[in-house]
Amino acid sequence: MLGLDFSYFDLEVLRKFVLGGLLFSIQLTVVATIGGVIFGTLLALMRLSGTKVLTIPATFYVNGMRSVPLVMVILWFYLLMPFVIGRPIGAEWSAIITFVAFEAAYFSEIMRAGIQSIPRGQVFAGQALGMTYGQNMRLVILPQAFRNMLPVLLTQTIILFQDTSLVYAIGAYDLLKGFTNAGKIYGRSEEAYILAAVVYFVICFALSWSVKRLQAKIAIVR
Amino acid sequence: MTWDWQVFLTDDGSGRTYLEWMFEAWRWTLAVAASSWVVAMLVGAVVGTLRTVVAALANAWVELFRNIPLLVQIFLWYFVVPKIFPAFQQVPGFLLVVFGLGFFTSARIAEQFRAGIQALPKGQRYAAMAMGFTTAQSYRYVILPMAFRIILPPLTSESMNLLKNSSVAFAVSIAELTMFAMQAQEETSRGIEVYLAVTALYALSAFAVNRVFALIEKQMRVPGFIVSGGTGGH
Repeated sequence: MLGLDFSYFDLEVLRKFVLGGLLFSIQLTVVATIGGVIFGTLLALMRLSGTKVLTIPATFYVNGMRSVPLVMVILWFYLLMPFVIGRPIGAEWSAIITFVAFEAAYFSEIMRAGIQSIPRGQVFAGQALGMTYGQNMRLVILPQAFRNMLPVLLTQTIILFQDTSLVYAIGAYDLLKGFTNAGKIYGRSEEAYILAAVVYFVICFALSWSVKRLQAKIAIVR
Repeated sequence: MTWDWQVFLTDDGSGRTYLEWMFEAWRWTLAVAASSWVVAMLVGAVVGTLRTVVAALANAWVELFRNIPLLVQIFLWYFVVPKIFPAFQQVPGFLLVVFGLGFFTSARIAEQFRAGIQALPKGQRYAAMAMGFTTAQSYRYVILPMAFRIILPPLTSESMNLLKNSSVAFAVSIAELTMFAMQAQEETSRGIEVYLAVTALYALSAFAVNRVFALIEKQMRVPGFIVSGGTGGH
């Protein structure tokens, strides 16, 4: 059909070329989500602290990251990391550090909105119970903010999974690279791109469908 | 480490300086982003409007273009489409990238249009019906103009995203800013200076988009109708 031939991409080829790439893409997504949420929450707390020493650098960092294309951020980190660490660093490690730093800026905006969505009475209630700032955040505010923002956080994670394909710029071995490599070796690049699109689509569609389900479930609980 | 900004004045081997090359690359970035924006707005408005009328087809469009990474979509347009449809072999690579970026963004803009239309008070629709407008007329003269104003803020950030996403065109050798950054870095070994200049141009362009939209928002505000947090009104 249409001069396409998918017969080269059997299980053996997929296991040999694609599996490792898929695992790296998933690893990158998971590490960047966890790291991004942790650092993003810290950035959000800094921005909401009301102390200029904390708000100004956090605002500068978040707005700076958000005004530059991700590809440029990936290139920047790949260029600068060897200077910072003092020795060459692989494309994969560079990608992981970049994504944590980049996603922290985006997750911080989500967490900031989440924290601001909590009624002030909750803060006062915590204070009235004699809680310190840390206890109030940890036990009262953040759990609720996190819960309110869960659908948005997960949607951002799906976008993040798609964005991991951009490590193409520094040649890290991810899902897309696995398919393009296999395609080059068998001279079947077009088929490889189509298969890559199908795999990404199936994963992202399934994830966004589950997020929708989750959203409906949370909405009922509230 | 010492700065060496004079690198921008050296010849790149083809009779132009790196500075001239960079501004040419900037023009490519702006050209890709502007053309894609036109495609994305037209298709996004049509699909977004259809989503409120014939949902299934429009939904499929949005899901398809939203769940595949932009880079993979660009590869599909650039390498796969011309192979399957020979008619596309005559189409220049620039246009294929514009289709890729434009359709990718159209799915997001369609979502905004749908949300904007659904956010309109029902009275607007009834008012159009009471005036004797046909469905097409009420969309053309009442619903879409109002919806467009409501979604201007999210449209602003989508347009800035589109500008940043145009950097993905480097992957299919469009001579835009990111491509320049990678090549000039390799040739001159002055990566930090080159990246700083390119990053500044991206930030400047994104800021310009932001200002233009703020101006449009101000100009198009309907008096007496508070839309998108505009101050004043009644």
